[in-house]
Amino acid sequence: MVEPVTVVVVYPDLLGTYGDGGNARVLVERLRWRGIAAEVVTVPLGTPVPRSAAVYLLGGGEDAPQSLAASTLRAEGSLVAAVAAGAALLAVCAGLQVVGSRFLTSEGIREGVGLVDAETVRGLPVRAVGELVVDPDPGLGLPRLSGYENHAGLTRLGPGLRPFGRVVAGVGNGTDDRADGFVAGHVIGTYLHGPVLARNPELADLLLGWALGELPALEHPEVDAEAQGLRAERLSAAGRSVPASSGGRGRWRRLGLRARRRAYQRGT
Amino acid sequence: MTRVPARAVVAARAGLAAAALSRRLGRGEGTVIGGRVSLLVDPRALSHLGAGRWVALVSGTNGKTTTTRLLTAALAVAGPVATNPQGSNLPPGLVAGLSRAAPGSAAALEVDEAWLGIVAEALRPATMTLLNLSRDQLDRVAEVRRLAERWRATVEATPDAHIVANADDPLVAWAGDAAGAGGCTWVGAGQPWLDDATGCPACGGRVRWDGPRWACGGCGFSRPEPHLWIEDDELVEADGGRHRISLSLPGRANRANAAMAAATAVRAGIGLDVALAAMAGTDSVDGRYRQAEVGASRARLLLAKNPAGWLEVFDMLAPPPTPVVVVINARIADGRDPSWLWDVPFERLAGRRVAASGERSRDLAVRLLYAGVDYERIPEPVEAIRALGPGPVDVAANYTALRDLDARIRGRASSGSGPHG
Repeated sequence: MVEPVTVVVVYPDLLGTYGDGGNARVLVERLRWRGIAAEVVTVPLGTPVPRSAAVYLLGGGEDAPQSLAASTLRAEGSLVAAVAAGAALLAVCAGLQVVGSRFLTSEGIREGVGLVDAETVRGLPVRAVGELVVDPDPGLGLPRLSGYENHAGLTRLGPGLRPFGRVVAGVGNGTDDRADGFVAGHVIGTYLHGPVLARNPELADLLLGWALGELPALEHPEVDAEAQGLRAERLSAAGRSVPASSGGRGRWRRLGLRARRRAYQRGT
Repeated sequence: MTRVPARAVVAARAGLAAAALSRRLGRGEGTVIGGRVSLLVDPRALSHLGAGRWVALVSGTNGKTTTTRLLTAALAVAGPVATNPQGSNLPPGLVAGLSRAAPGSAAALEVDEAWLGIVAEALRPATMTLLNLSRDQLDRVAEVRRLAERWRATVEATPDAHIVANADDPLVAWAGDAAGAGGCTWVGAGQPWLDDATGCPACGGRVRWDGPRWACGGCGFSRPEPHLWIEDDELVEADGGRHRISLSLPGRANRANAAMAAATAVRAGIGLDVALAAMAGTDSVDGRYRQAEVGASRARLLLAKNPAGWLEVFDMLAPPPTPVVVVINARIADGRDPSWLWDVPFERLAGRRVAASGERSRDLAVRLLYAGVDYERIPEPVEAIRALGPGPVDVAANYTALRDLDARIRGRASSGSGPHG
């Protein structure tokens, strides 16, 4: 019997606050709908991270659990080994910060896992909360992506590390170059929740393709139609189906959203 | 009795007048606008209106409206009770509720989780009933652990209040643990959703469960010994007393709400049996649990606004093949981010007819697809209810979705229009 392809959700008890567990569900179903046996393996803290999975997922979480996840993964070494051996990794939000070199929490500076040269500080004027639209690096062959961001981190990439994409609407890394996340080999970091793979099936298939090579066609094409319908709706809700430079209206809308957010976000 | 300052009297009257005007203009119940006007006239209206009353505050992510309604029914045995109108649980709503009340009457008030500290400081409550904390509206509300921390500070700053706390939720237990001279009643009210409490609120270590008991492996913080707990449909006291919980409201969650309300009513001198009996007649709460004819469908409205709430609602659904309409909005009051849909085990709806409805029906549809649930996407909820009839249809909706749907169905009923209205 063929061993099922495994998708590992790393520490959902620490990094599972924002629905990112859905990414695992999407990956596994998209394999099954291609006739490929697949399973989700959730690895809670205190359990060893397997080294031989196809795809690893890290999600969003809160400060203290995020620090614990980073220190444990660094000491454990399995995730680093799996990525070095070519496994795919999708790290979202706190997960993105955790796999970088360093991050700053309300409790101080913490060492990250160090998979990529990226450091996160608390440099945003206000917490970034809202629809996030990203044009991915053209080399990835992906369409415009939609998601939702909710973070206070400003992420700076070291020299040579490519952004995952350019922010069309929203904040992303929060740097002046409008970058979101990073991509390095088979590792993608992004601030897109949503969950991102539910809204953007092409990204799910990119990760699966990295892990498994060429993929057979999906038996349920209606899934992609529904997901793409959702994405089209969210892109138009973000007011950015047109390029960012096209006028003042989006800017006013952005300012209004920001003011409203500020009213809710005092103290966080 | 404390005298109410003249400014507060004027503030309350101005608020009531504004509310009446708003109603007459057909702009809704006017409670919030009335409360806002009162707070404009007297910024300290809340503490002025609360002075000289026995005040019970009820807070938690889920169940606060129902628990407050049940507590109000229990307290009403002893006299008039002031309470929030239509679940308005921010200061304007509280002011509006107190403005309508007779001076000196008791008050049972639900309070938004994030506002408990400010409200407790103004009202100096006799009791605070702490139900549960779990992820909800993460775009708006602080992180769950931080809320627990703020609750603990509130309990510390209100040492004379008696705390009624759910011993089965570690985050709530962390807050109740700080109770001062007023003491704490621990209730084993249950908390099926545990995913927000695996990290110890005291030290960040791992919390582990062994049946209903839980303990942190790091610091030893553990489930307090409950004074009262639920066993099936009985409320059991540690000394052996057993009290039947017989409600018109469905589900385990409402037995838990009744247990918390009864434990609170005891502090006002009302016995558990009397309190529970007084709750038996409550059969709907702001439209929730209400049955309504919609065309040939008989719809029952259930509130489900976050993963923890959904776990309880699965327990309330009529057995298959009763069809289910799920209605999801994502306005400010719902939380703008519906990604929590992926934390809900919608797989449990497989095998029924299901409609994905509401302003975010597309998010829901994608979730149901990956859950292997056959669904029809019908964004307009009344249309969805009709489509899944005839006969009983359970409708699970989140906050603004339920509110709007209830208003539409009521509007239809009161205007007397028929099935095509």
